[in-house]
Amino acid sequence: MTGASINLEHVGIAFGTAQIVSNVNLTIQPGEFICLLGPSGCGKSTLLNAIAGFTPVSGRITVDGVPVTGPGLDRGVVFQSSEVLFPWLTIRQNVEYGLKLRGTPAKERREKADRYLAMVGLSHALDRFPAQLSGGMRQRAQIARVLINEPSVVLMDEPFGALDAQTREVLQAELARIWRATGCTIVFVTHDIWEAVLLADRVVVMTAGPAAGIKTVEEITLPHPRDQGDAQALTLFRRLRDDIGAEVRRALAQQGLSTEAAE
Amino acid sequence: MTDMSNEGGKIAATPSPSQSLRKLAKYAIPVIAILGGVLIWHIASTFTSPLFLPSPAMVWGAAVEMALDGSLAGSIGASAWRIFAGWAAGVILGVPLGLFMGRFAIVRLLADPYIEFFRFIPPIAFVTLAVIWLGPGEITKIALIFYTTIFIVTLNTIAGVESVNPLRLQAARSLGATRMQEMTTIILPSTVPYMVTGARIAMGNSFLTVVSAEIVSAQQGLGSLIWTARNFARTDWVFVGIIALGCLGFVFDRIFRMVTNRTLRRFL
Repeated sequence: MTGASINLEHVGIAFGTAQIVSNVNLTIQPGEFICLLGPSGCGKSTLLNAIAGFTPVSGRITVDGVPVTGPGLDRGVVFQSSEVLFPWLTIRQNVEYGLKLRGTPAKERREKADRYLAMVGLSHALDRFPAQLSGGMRQRAQIARVLINEPSVVLMDEPFGALDAQTREVLQAELARIWRATGCTIVFVTHDIWEAVLLADRVVVMTAGPAAGIKTVEEITLPHPRDQGDAQALTLFRRLRDDIGAEVRRALAQQGLSTEAAE
Repeated sequence: MTDMSNEGGKIAATPSPSQSLRKLAKYAIPVIAILGGVLIWHIASTFTSPLFLPSPAMVWGAAVEMALDGSLAGSIGASAWRIFAGWAAGVILGVPLGLFMGRFAIVRLLADPYIEFFRFIPPIAFVTLAVIWLGPGEITKIALIFYTTIFIVTLNTIAGVESVNPLRLQAARSLGATRMQEMTTIILPSTVPYMVTGARIAMGNSFLTVVSAEIVSAQQGLGSLIWTARNFARTDWVFVGIIALGCLGFVFDRIFRMVTNRTLRRFL
């Protein structure tokens, strides 16, 4: 499994008359880890859905040069809500789902599921149902279900947003390890600045909506594993926080709230 | 007590006195309620004539008599068969109909005017027509129960399809599911709880239908038993028929719940 490049040219997304995202241009290198960071409601998830092929766009999105016209196996999607696991299937059956659709023989399916479930640390929970697992375990299962299809791009929409701080930290470290092991391209949506600093090669900061676009792109060259105590990381964190803070204040001002009220 | 403590190999699984008391109460209280009801019925019957309200003992005597000459079993069997056949056919056809109507807007639009019209017409209104068209035979009664069932099951299934979590469909699509696979692997299992609810409600309504259909045209069955009793002024037979209906419904519902719990548990 190797990463694919993603190219966004003049991408705009509108729902009816509301322009959510406008004129986004971005080139993502194969195997890169990109974080889309921005104030809530800015359209970062909408942009991710567009790359996934769930939302029609104006402009052009290509993955390895091929235009995106709908959902595809080359782009796996990890959702924020673990509701997307199928509750009537066991964890193993959930993970094998994609292979089963394509008629992969049972033996091969089993072996692959074992491998990917071991990769996310769920070998002990194979035969349990999603409702019997914790939120963190469900998100791992989701990741395994996506990785078994060997996508060249993994799109993640705040996958750890609903987890407690400790679990989130553990899963962030695991994701970094899995990313290096698989070499896939990851586009990761978050509003958690530390999460972006810890994980990304590049952080794409988005402007507040409506008609959100790219505000800045921050390259992070710090070696892995990264630490919150690191001075350089802290500097980066502050800069990103100021960037986003400015956007939040601008958005609130547009909604008629004064800066004082926002702080 | 000993086998309880083995349950799951867990320690201290022995029920506390209050727990076993509660368990006893769960079964004892309904029995007490039934016995109390029979007692009140008995007392009330001593103040009235048997034609107005036969005593529990009289009804019991009539039930034994009818059980011995085979007419009770025959009536129950005839009604049970009609309910089961019509209901099963309604479920078997209503589920795919509901799935297609919920999934494909064009099917929905085609069928919608008819559904919206017929859903307000109770099956009893069709009894006469059914006899004219289908004759006085078994098929008439079964068709009426089928009609009762298919609407409820179809409407419930449509509601189920409409409430499928759209994120699950997106997930399935991005995992490589085709439109058809989406239907069989996501929509169908997601909709099972709605189908089961629909089938269960339809079962109850089938009892309404079977009695009215049998009153109009049947030689045998609980409905005709109740109607025939009228002609002989045997109120006790009427009571036997009514009690048999209630018990039959209870048994059907229990069997239905047991079977769905066993086979469809992971979908519920």
